[in-house]
Amino acid sequence: MPRSPSALHLAVALDGAGWHPAAWREPAARPGELFTARYWADLVTEAEQGLLDLVTIEDALSLQSTDLDGLDGRTDQVRGRLDAVLIAARIAPLTRHIGLVPTTVVTHTEPFHVSKAIATVDFVSGGRAGVRVKVSGRGDEAAHFGRRTVPRLRVDELDTPAGRAALKELFDEAADYVEVLRRLWDSWEDDAEIRDAATGRFIDREKLHYIDFEGDRFSVKGPSITPRPPQGQPIVSALAHRTEPFRLVARSADLGFVTPRDTAHATEIVTEIREAQTAAGRADETVHVFGDLVVFIDDDPAAAADRKAALDERAGAPYTSDARVFTGTPAQLADLLQDLQQAGLTGFRLRPGTLPHDLTAITRGLVPELQRRGAFRTEYRADTLRGLLGLTRPVNRYADV
Amino acid sequence: MSKPLKQIHLAAHFPGVNNTTVWTDPASGSQIDFSSFAHLARTAERAKFDFLFLAEGLRLREQNNQIYDLDVVGRPDTFTVLSALAAVTDKLGLAGTINSTFNEPYDVARQFASLDHLSAGRAAWNVVTSWDEFTGQNFRRGGYLAQEDRYERARQFLAATWELFDSWQGDEIVADKESGTFLKNPAPGRFDHHVSQFDISGHFDVPRSPQGRPVIFQAGDSEEGREFAAAGADAIFTRHGTLEDGRAFYADVKRRLARYGRSPDDLKILPGVTYVLGDTDAEARERADVVRHQQVSGQTAIKFLEQLWNRDLSSYDPDGPLPAIDPLVGENTVARGRASVRMHRDPLATAAQWRALAEEKKLSIRELIIEVTGRQSFIGSPATVADALDEFVQTDAGDGFILVPHLVPGGLDEFADTVVPLLQERGVFRTEYEGDTLRDHLGLGELRAGDADRRAAS
Ligand SMILES: Cc1cc2nc3c(=O)[nH]c(=O)nc-3n(C[C@H](O)[C@H](O)[C@H](O)COP(=O)(O)O)c2cc1C
Repeated sequence: MPRSPSALHLAVALDGAGWHPAAWREPAARPGELFTARYWADLVTEAEQGLLDLVTIEDALSLQSTDLDGLDGRTDQVRGRLDAVLIAARIAPLTRHIGLVPTTVVTHTEPFHVSKAIATVDFVSGGRAGVRVKVSGRGDEAAHFGRRTVPRLRVDELDTPAGRAALKELFDEAADYVEVLRRLWDSWEDDAEIRDAATGRFIDREKLHYIDFEGDRFSVKGPSITPRPPQGQPIVSALAHRTEPFRLVARSADLGFVTPRDTAHATEIVTEIREAQTAAGRADETVHVFGDLVVFIDDDPAAAADRKAALDERAGAPYTSDARVFTGTPAQLADLLQDLQQAGLTGFRLRPGTLPHDLTAITRGLVPELQRRGAFRTEYRADTLRGLLGLTRPVNRYADV
Repeated sequence: MSKPLKQIHLAAHFPGVNNTTVWTDPASGSQIDFSSFAHLARTAERAKFDFLFLAEGLRLREQNNQIYDLDVVGRPDTFTVLSALAAVTDKLGLAGTINSTFNEPYDVARQFASLDHLSAGRAAWNVVTSWDEFTGQNFRRGGYLAQEDRYERARQFLAATWELFDSWQGDEIVADKESGTFLKNPAPGRFDHHVSQFDISGHFDVPRSPQGRPVIFQAGDSEEGREFAAAGADAIFTRHGTLEDGRAFYADVKRRLARYGRSPDDLKILPGVTYVLGDTDAEARERADVVRHQQVSGQTAIKFLEQLWNRDLSSYDPDGPLPAIDPLVGENTVARGRASVRMHRDPLATAAQWRALAEEKKLSIRELIIEVTGRQSFIGSPATVADALDEFVQTDAGDGFILVPHLVPGGLDEFADTVVPLLQERGVFRTEYEGDTLRDHLGLGELRAGDADRRAAS
């Protein structure tokens, strides 16, 4: 079914008290509850009331820091968090429609464990799970595991030959990791459980498959201990800012989050990803590309700008981000999204500057505005995340056709 | 007056990969859908059980180089399914088996600390030490751990996670909007652990959880396993489910606690047991017999025999006599990924015993296997079973039970409705939860300062 050209997908990115470092000091913020299930349930329920496609949940394997490779000694910002995959699982039984996409760090974790964890979130949610894979180049995270060192790179070194080589290594490993996740999800055919009383067999072992993955960094035998999840393949996503991660999105993901500065930049990014997608032999597969924006939304544009300015003052510095920072009204944001969408973005992931304020502004301000324009759904029309994203349930790669 | 009655601890085991779940029964539901887990958990909570328990196996079992297909197989990830169960229960403890060989302390600590937060203090970790290379093939480092090293790694693993759990004080999150102080300490969660298995340091990123750390279980029966439990565990999941075995095990393990400055109450002993109920004892015995025959089909009996004999016995008739040939001694090449295989350390002696038993009682292969494997622990009317459970605990064969129903998801319903009220009438089982955390339910008391040091030193 062709999608109406104006329909766009919407996600929100949840992190702590919001993306602004001073967000936790806002009157409506609940900084003392960041480590409770209720806090996360309330946010995701709100997002679901806004009919959003999915929420992502940020994560890392170290304390938050403004320093890229260790602690910054600050006591005035949110520090500490819960495992995002467990948050997603905890929320799943409390929601019905919205996609749940936790972040997982692939550099230090086991693909076998993560594969079954995401499959389980898919079972628990009835087919609404995804995962955002993230590489880690942080020395402190490597030291937390003590199994490997990672090259120390500053952001301004990433585009040097050494930087590119290091990134390539991390992202090639991430691609291997995703390949293992996907093979493990397919390692049970959908009808592997037969419960054949006549022959006494619970499963048909012909429908279970060793994945026999051998890569440069690790090998995995399989099959999974968890049956194929409801979506067959939960959604794999990644955040991407430059060529190596663009390639990861293009060859391995269903959904990429990108950070365009403007429409021209968005066009460049989408072109690069589509070319890499073709080069990877996936030209005929749907790979969504969502633009990321940090948003501060109020009904009066000055109020939004003032609110951000006040937060900046509290934080002691103007807030900047890898993503474009928007302040304004729901209608202005709708204009911006529709404009950026012209570049070929299929949706947006909005990072609320403060929670719950900017999330509520999305669900109760932006969404109705987009609906008025016919650019966003007025009800959930699918029960699975794949369904919401217009993706079909994939055939199992191991099944005989 | 005689001494006060001991309170029984009860837990529900969601039966995973095994031959005890009667999947051919029409009432048998899904082994993987969340609704099955939710049903068992809600039943356990309705009956005021201490916790729900999950086992773990990280590679599908094989026999004769083929995936074993006669048993229930397939299970969810432990952490995530327990986290989801926290959403559909309020008080029930959530205990997961997590291997110390195929994981890393930082990752496991952050998942358990997260689970403890997300369940408001209900997490427990059953530390198992399975080490085999067969399972290791599913993991980055593969089968890198020698058998002799597994408890060493487990000890170091537990000590490392302990350091992580203890690395945040309980009051470090200030979150004072006015003063702008979120954290008391600019560098919380500091840890530094350099031992033979781990070379890790840095800052843990999950604040201290409601229980401080999960309740720690151990499952394993060797000398080393018992010592490991005495030093560091809050509870043992054991297979010693008969009065005689139970008392011996109980006395042995509780005796070991003093060495670590612990008292007998600090470690609960909880055997995994099965039960079959009926309106009368006779009816229960009949049902139990039917269940046993469903659990051990002819094919299953041959497969079990092959595991001890360590050779292909597929040409034998399960309704016929035991093979005249002896087991192959040496490395087990037939069955892989099965803990029970290791229980028979002298296969020739076991085979001789089994032959003698079969001759004496005139048992076929299938009947012998029914006799020697997985006996039903408690069979009878609700009153009979309540009596037996109570006697078991009052006479120090255990502190309670991890009940393994043979039907998913409804296999606990009848027990909850009939046996639990009888135990409550006797005053040996709670009628309401008295606390909110699993530590509360198990009566483990406050965490003591120095716990971590004591365990690390063990
Ligand atoms: C009652 C019981 C339950 C066990 N459950 C598991 C399990 O779920 N997963 C696992 O990998 N090992 C399990 N084990 C195996 C133990 O972790 C351990 O590896 C094994 O018992 C050998 O240790 P031991 O030599 O101390 O007995 C279990 C053992 C016992 C006694």
